[in-house]
Amino acid sequence: MTAIGILNIAVYFLVILALTKPVGVFMTKLFQGERTFLHPLIRPLEKLTYRLCGVREETEQRWTQYAASLIAFSLVSLLFAYIIQRLQGFLPINPNHFGSSHAPSGATAMTPDLAFNTAASFVTNTNWQNYSGESTLSYFVQMAALTVQNFVSAAAGVAASVALIRGFARKQVNSIGNFWVDLTRSVLYIFLPLSLLGALFLCSQGVIQNFKANTTVKTVEGAAQIIPQGPVASQEAIKMVGTNGGGFFNANSSHPFENPTPLTNFVEMLMIFVIPAGLTYQFGRMVADRRQGWALFGAMSVLFLAGVLVCYPAEQAGNPQLTKLGLETKASSMQPGGNMEGKEVRFGIPASTLFATVTTDASCGAINSWHDSYTPIGGLVPLFNIQLGEVVFGGVGAGIKGMLLFAVLAVFIAGLMVGRTPEYIGKKIEQKEVKMAMLALILMAANVLVFTGVSSVANFAKNGYWNPPGPAAANITNDGPHGFTEILYAYTSTNGNNGSAFAGLNGNTPWYNLSLGLATLIGRFLFIIPMLAVAGSLAAKKKIPVTSGTLPTHGFLFVGLLIGTVVIVGALTYFPALSLGPIVEHFLMREGKLFSSLFSLPIWS
Amino acid sequence: MWRQFGPALRITLLFTILTGLIYPGIVTGLCQILFRHQANGSLLEMNGQTVGSSLIGQGFSKPQYFQPRPSAAGNGYDGSQSNGSQYGPTNQKLIDRVKASVDQFRKDNPDYTGPIPADMVTASASGLDPDISPASAEAQAPRVAKARGVSLQDLQRLIADHTTGRTLGLLGEPRVNVLLLNLDLDQKFPQKEPNH
Repeated sequence: MTAIGILNIAVYFLVILALTKPVGVFMTKLFQGERTFLHPLIRPLEKLTYRLCGVREETEQRWTQYAASLIAFSLVSLLFAYIIQRLQGFLPINPNHFGSSHAPSGATAMTPDLAFNTAASFVTNTNWQNYSGESTLSYFVQMAALTVQNFVSAAAGVAASVALIRGFARKQVNSIGNFWVDLTRSVLYIFLPLSLLGALFLCSQGVIQNFKANTTVKTVEGAAQIIPQGPVASQEAIKMVGTNGGGFFNANSSHPFENPTPLTNFVEMLMIFVIPAGLTYQFGRMVADRRQGWALFGAMSVLFLAGVLVCYPAEQAGNPQLTKLGLETKASSMQPGGNMEGKEVRFGIPASTLFATVTTDASCGAINSWHDSYTPIGGLVPLFNIQLGEVVFGGVGAGIKGMLLFAVLAVFIAGLMVGRTPEYIGKKIEQKEVKMAMLALILMAANVLVFTGVSSVANFAKNGYWNPPGPAAANITNDGPHGFTEILYAYTSTNGNNGSAFAGLNGNTPWYNLSLGLATLIGRFLFIIPMLAVAGSLAAKKKIPVTSGTLPTHGFLFVGLLIGTVVIVGALTYFPALSLGPIVEHFLMREGKLFSSLFSLPIWS
Repeated sequence: MWRQFGPALRITLLFTILTGLIYPGIVTGLCQILFRHQANGSLLEMNGQTVGSSLIGQGFSKPQYFQPRPSAAGNGYDGSQSNGSQYGPTNQKLIDRVKASVDQFRKDNPDYTGPIPADMVTASASGLDPDISPASAEAQAPRVAKARGVSLQDLQRLIADHTTGRTLGLLGEPRVNVLLLNLDLDQKFPQKEPNH
């Protein structure tokens, strides 16, 4: 690690810290129906939306109605996204002719299973991608199907978070807000303005934005080279602020047209954390005790810094097998050193590992370096971050919900230890809340582990429909424990609605398209619905006064307890699987053990 | 539940138009006015011909040019197939490929005897990385100088001119854009060559 690398991490953290309060104040006002500085501009558009869509702004919903609205909206979105993808050959703004008989050679067909996977993935804010954007999708699909879902899936996530916060903040009422109003406000006041500014900034730095067909140039040595084109900046901006993570191109934020400079890289990382960090402050304000918000922020910060401070030195140390060949791994002002396989020179090791940590702390899943090519310990960090539930700031929707779930568990465990009824933010935590929290946790763990287990052993007919390579385990690129990690990472990422990948896994077969798509839906809805139930149950309770027997939930003791709960639950759930993957690989790498492919793979794309 | 589908349908349609068509349309309009060059791919023209993009790396194999990093995008620097190798650290193929690159680099650059800069023999993430580290450029300088018949000092000065430092002294890594360096090389130290 170099001083400049550490300084990068410190400066990034301080900027997030500085942005947390202003963003949190703005969002608090917005979701409590107060005027913000954007109201003169946007309020007419908001009212028009309600009129056109038949939404009554002042009507509030019980948690069941709130959940029903969210599910209905997601189903319609799923259908829209699926249909637009399947019909891309007949739709406009398709200068590269995807999905038609003039499609370029090497284009990937948008099959029903791939379209389902992509639709499920974008509707759930996952943005797992079993296709390469530049060789599969028309600009119309990228905009009208995917950019739209980038906005609304993020907005639905924020809405559900706000509803949960209301559950803690309110007393003795049946309602937790109105889904349509929360959704509309998120899109119009938060995501559209931020994306517009972000897109213009990114374009000024070199991110492309046009509707042209790809350009073919003659290189200096006389070869033909395709330069891709398209409306990238508009999608890139919402991809980051919505913690979506689905790239316009296959290489995602490592592509020079998505992330051309170290400055865009820094801004893209800020865009990931800014809203989730603001939500912690909003929580504190809405429950009328700001220390509660900062306590969550503190716990998240500790986990964030721990992750990046493991990942960065592991990658800088590099791969001992390559060092033996005479490679320089030490960073200097002349070269980045370290494990540069799958990383870009302009980012080097610190900006790559910081990005990898941030994108998996949150449920973003954009990448600026390939996690599959990380060293075992370097790659363990993003994987374990997702397995902790992406509670470290988290996605725009998922993070604070997950952290509040763990807070409920933490006070429950503390309550068991001292034999008192647990309380959190003046609410008694009773059977129903704990049951719902545990239900969500168990479903998430089962979703990851059962699918990983099945895909590790499932056998399909070679060259058959379900998985042409044959066994599901034959879709990996790297053999040995690393291949197992590819499968584990895939279901971890889709369940966590993250979307980053150990991308050596070839997921574009019907088996993986359907199972990974299903994992995203389970991970999204079987998590949100129990959490909305908790919100409804809490909102109906009365506030109980603080007594000398109340465990304070804003001090170091509670922050420590919360971190402990997150780490212990994560470790208990996933340690056996992790030992079979990155942990054993780490020791094998140090021993010099290498793996060649067991399966001879057809090139499948 | 069923009553929810009315607003769901209408709001999906509305937001599809607003965020899927109007928003990218406005961004495109503004970018084409404000940042025309960047919005269209930062393309580079040489004698009336487009020779590439300053942000997208391209393949160079001749000894008189500085060479970029190994690329896993298609058959190398294929702009329609951005990708990394996806090789993990214990994959035999990774070690074999890097070893081949190291051997080739040593053979091509016999005057350079130091340790190999890690970026020079590893595949980038995008497969389109436009940059190499200053160390990688320096290591190639003696070869290029010989092939062009120019002095090493001249080339080292050119590399220094093309080295971009950290942004604000803090962000990212020092780097050299290979295409821009090579284009400048052709301008400043042209060499007669058939078929070129």
